[in-house]
Amino acid sequence: MAMGYSEKVRDHFANPRNVGKLENADGIGEVGNAVCGDIMKIYLKIDGDIITDVRFNTFGCGAAIATSSMATEMIKGKPISEALQLTNHAVVEALDGLPPAKLHCSVLAEEAVKAAVADYYRKKGLPIPEACVASCGGDCGHCCG
Amino acid sequence: MKKIIYMDNAATTSTGRAALDAMIPVLEREYGNPSSLHQLGQQAADLLADARKRVAACIGAQPDEIYFTSGGTESDNWAITQLARTGAAKGKKHIISTAFEHHAVLHTLKRLEKEGFEVTLLDVHQDGIVRVDELKAAIRPDTCLVTVMYANNEIGTIQPIAEIGAVCREQGILFHTDAVQAVGHLPIDVVKENIDLMSMSAHKFHGPKGIGALYCRRGIRLTNFIEGGAQERNRRGGTENLPAICGMAAALENACSGMEERSKTVSAMRDRIIDEVVQNIPYVRVNGDREKRLPGNVNICFEGIEGESLLLRLDLEGICASSGSACTSGLLDPSHVLLAIGLPKEIAHGSLRLTLDEENTEEDVQHLLEVLPGIVSGLREMSPVWEEMMNKNS
Repeated sequence: MAMGYSEKVRDHFANPRNVGKLENADGIGEVGNAVCGDIMKIYLKIDGDIITDVRFNTFGCGAAIATSSMATEMIKGKPISEALQLTNHAVVEALDGLPPAKLHCSVLAEEAVKAAVADYYRKKGLPIPEACVASCGGDCGHCCG
Repeated sequence: MKKIIYMDNAATTSTGRAALDAMIPVLEREYGNPSSLHQLGQQAADLLADARKRVAACIGAQPDEIYFTSGGTESDNWAITQLARTGAAKGKKHIISTAFEHHAVLHTLKRLEKEGFEVTLLDVHQDGIVRVDELKAAIRPDTCLVTVMYANNEIGTIQPIAEIGAVCREQGILFHTDAVQAVGHLPIDVVKENIDLMSMSAHKFHGPKGIGALYCRRGIRLTNFIEGGAQERNRRGGTENLPAICGMAAALENACSGMEERSKTVSAMRDRIIDEVVQNIPYVRVNGDREKRLPGNVNICFEGIEGESLLLRLDLEGICASSGSACTSGLLDPSHVLLAIGLPKEIAHGSLRLTLDEENTEEDVQHLLEVLPGIVSGLREMSPVWEEMMNKNS
């Protein structure tokens, strides 16, 4: 098994779910940067308060692609309030774990979802809920700069 | 099961028939300790002496200039730390090396820096080659050691070792080279190339793992790195790993006979891969000089994608490759080698290293070239970095 990746990580890497973009997305969140080696971009379609569709584009390692795929699966069809409850730990758990050096990828996935929801509120001209800040408080030191 | 295509020979090679045939009888029967005086011990001592003679002959050295070690890393640590200490005893605490050495060298130098040594790392330029005049300019009255790798492990570039050696010899400075990637792949003559010390590792030329050697020219005082018994002429304690030593000698002899022919075949496959990738896939960069290059080394950056995901996709196709990318090593920074040749981080993240050898076939190359463009474009399609690149260009 490469890099100590679980079967689920390998599956989500080999067959990523919800890859792509959404035209006229209601919210788009992009986090990370190319210098660090990973960028995630999440597109949301929102109807009422339900996330009816979601897509992602990711530049990054196997774990980055797998966490993006899993995170999109976990919020698809869910109310916004539930999507905002998504933590990086929940993503890691759903993937049956990640190697320690790859945990930052799950943080990125959580941040990307929250950034996309924040963008939705911004576009609507509504106040951005506090829950849009990542669970680590944005102080997770994920990037090498 | 899908056929495995192994293109990661710079990481390690298969254990070859020559090594196995040499090792198995030793493992089965010659269990004597070469230091024992009884007949089993003496048989082992004879095998050890014979292996030493054969390893020496392959690099133009004398048998008493070869010290067996646990591999390239130990050889590097030994040569550098002990020569630095000898230098320091004479008040010389300056060492010259390069920015793209293996970590066995760079981390050893880091530790010496903490102990008060000064280290100058030479630029390796965009082509991945050290300039001899820049080495000359970096030499100081207190320089005690120059250590420059023979050929780089990631981008395969071959350094002007004989010229560097000549400069060092003229200036009376000791010259060590980490030749782990070169031994068994390039013709090496330590005398003609003015090499004072050289690190070797058996598993890079179809020998067993956990065995290597340090060549140290006669007359150079090499102090002990590992204390213990009287093995290796009192220089390195510990009962010799005789089966592995015999395997190493056989593998090296095998690698050195017919080297030219093999090198031709392997470099033809290398050049075909590089040429076709450059021709068929846009936004790629070949890393390192195309001519002064190890016969089996291909190193290419694919803009807009990250190396590990490329590596894993190739693995799904049965192709074993490597990437200098951050994620592979568990670090966030991309390869120090690619940064040393001046690549921006975002491009260095997208590197792929394929290292071929004579066990690869034209069919392997064909399969790689068939699947690679699709994998690259698939990853680019889902990459926001690629999207931005394309938007800027349109």
